[in-house]
Amino acid sequence: METAILKSPFKSEEYFVNMGPQHPATHGVLRLLLTIDGEVIKKVEPDLGYIHRSIEKMCERDSYQQIIHLTDRLDYLSAHINNEAVCLAVENALELEVPERVKVIRTILDELTRIASHCLWWGVMGMDVGALTTYFYGFRDRELINDIFEETCGARLTMNYNVPGGLRHDIHPNFVKRVKDFVAHFKTKLPEYDRLLTGNIIFQKRTKGVGVLSKEDAIAYGASGPVGRGSGYSCDVRIHHPYSALHKVNFNEALQTAGDAFARYQVRIQEMWESLSIIEQLIDDIPEGAIQVATDAVIKLPKGEFYQKVETARGELGVFIISTGTKNPYRLKLRSPGLSNLSLLNHITVGSKIGDLVAAMATLDLVIPDIDR
Amino acid sequence: MNIPLNISGPLHNWLFAILPPAAAGIFEMVIMALVYLAIFAVAGLFLVLLERKVAAWFQLRLGPNRVGYFGLMQTMADALKLVSKELTGTEKADKFLYNLAPYFVIITALMALAVIPFSSGFQAFDINIGVFFIIALSSIGVIGILLAGWSSNNKFAMIGAMRSGVQTISYELSVGLSLLTMILLTGTPQLSGIVEVQKNGWLIVQGHIPALIAFMIYMIAGTAETNRAPFDLVEAESELGAGFHTEYSGMKFAYFFLAEFINMFIIAAVAVTVFFGAWLSPFGITESIPWLGVFWFLAKTLAIVFLMMWFRWTFPRLRVDQLLKLEWKYLLPLNLMNIVLMALIVWLNLTIQF
Repeated sequence: METAILKSPFKSEEYFVNMGPQHPATHGVLRLLLTIDGEVIKKVEPDLGYIHRSIEKMCERDSYQQIIHLTDRLDYLSAHINNEAVCLAVENALELEVPERVKVIRTILDELTRIASHCLWWGVMGMDVGALTTYFYGFRDRELINDIFEETCGARLTMNYNVPGGLRHDIHPNFVKRVKDFVAHFKTKLPEYDRLLTGNIIFQKRTKGVGVLSKEDAIAYGASGPVGRGSGYSCDVRIHHPYSALHKVNFNEALQTAGDAFARYQVRIQEMWESLSIIEQLIDDIPEGAIQVATDAVIKLPKGEFYQKVETARGELGVFIISTGTKNPYRLKLRSPGLSNLSLLNHITVGSKIGDLVAAMATLDLVIPDIDR
Repeated sequence: MNIPLNISGPLHNWLFAILPPAAAGIFEMVIMALVYLAIFAVAGLFLVLLERKVAAWFQLRLGPNRVGYFGLMQTMADALKLVSKELTGTEKADKFLYNLAPYFVIITALMALAVIPFSSGFQAFDINIGVFFIIALSSIGVIGILLAGWSSNNKFAMIGAMRSGVQTISYELSVGLSLLTMILLTGTPQLSGIVEVQKNGWLIVQGHIPALIAFMIYMIAGTAETNRAPFDLVEAESELGAGFHTEYSGMKFAYFFLAEFINMFIIAAVAVTVFFGAWLSPFGITESIPWLGVFWFLAKTLAIVFLMMWFRWTFPRLRVDQLLKLEWKYLLPLNLMNIVLMALIVWLNLTIQF
């Protein structure tokens, strides 16, 4: 290296930086191998495996009730939605019809989970582009949702509230009132988010035209969730394959066509509004009825292959179960949204600056345990 | 050397009465140095606490409130912790430069304090090129940051240091030119002279439109000079970890940390001196009580410091190319036009005088 410098003193040289596994912008133990020329990124290579727990393999060992507990630990910000994916898959396989009450409560909790996840994302998004205050604003509102979860489910993060056939137990008597209070509260706080960050000229300059992803590439890379919808790819599972109580509600799919970081940002802000609207449509008339249908103590799925997809806060989560008719799945494959979205990173950041990489990565909203299962 | 310090008048007389002049001079200088070190330490610790309280206020938190009443001793405790910590470093660092770098930063910050006119006569070193002295010192401070990043043999620190170099070279122009605009109005770069001129009205009023533009440019460039958000690319924590001081620990880290706050204080103090009448009270309401000058000076400085903290806890960070674009495409041409405008206003005698 020294001789190279001596030969041509003004030659610029590419160099190599390890971003992670401990780095503030990777939000977990993701390691990025960056090849940089000055400030310009030449190549981004994600290196996975730092938090691999072989969840898919463990699923083959466990019964279907036990699998629910493992799915909490995938994308821990959408724990409830992950649980629901497995439960729906099992219920479809058993051809169980769960009561309406269960469906409505599941959907309300799904949307609360989505808002909580987007609140956290909004906080760290601001932090990644340098506005530290957003973090606390996002967490302030997320805490209220976590309190609702805690009261009803007993846990704040890993909820385990769904079981195959229904819910673990009934909602807390305060649930409806607290959710209504939260919706009213959050409607006054969401405009605050816009005032603090969205309208800021520096923020717009930092995100507009950064990490541009075309619709074709979004489809080719298998992008889903807000990342796909930011590029104009209509991929909301809730619209195209409604599950639980989603057929009962009217809501718009948040779509933007620009495909840059700011478009993905706007999609998530818009999604929070849509989630509020879904909750408002359902919360007033939660049907009375049972919270479970009885299942066998040991659930045995019929022989065959079963697939269920749901829309988590990050995109499309697919659960593919191959059953041989025993109490354990022969194989359980999870299609996680984070992995597909991460695969875009090199494509959308090559040629941009280090700061752009961080901003673009923030709008992919990566949760590393979801990528490394 | 002339040390025109009113508050040390009795001390000065007493020392010169009991000691030979040479010894008395040396003693007096040592005592003044200690006084300024104390100011430095207290100001640094207080500003760190203030920043944490202001940040907490912006962020729906309480801030430090456990150590001492209202958390007042928190930064003291932090400083004690940092003093007692082990000084670690990278094995392949350039040891000499690595150890030298923090002193560059801290000494220049301390030297710049000497020319700040805290009150009538409360100024250690009333040099006749005061404004230029401060600009020169801030340039030397950057060498410390560059050395720190380069010598610690860490790529993130290196990127931070390079950014710092680029940023400071650019924004020094704006700081210098905006202060130059005001020197057109005062006719002297000596800080006490600048205060003297403002007895007919603060310069931001005297110079009205161009002074206001100069003040805004100065605040933007000054924030960039101190490497604070939205210009904190040097230590952009979501991009570079801790930037240039990644490899520093204990007291060496504390030097960088303190210097940042003292530099912020100096930028604010210069803004107050050049634009807001330094220790002069508004409309001369307390002119008969000269010792209130310190109060007015500190009050105005803290107001500007608060403004800079407000920036920091509200704005996102610029990207490095946007930072340069802002300076070279917008601030610099505006600044040059502003100088012409100010020259015209001074020439045509359009200033507002009371």
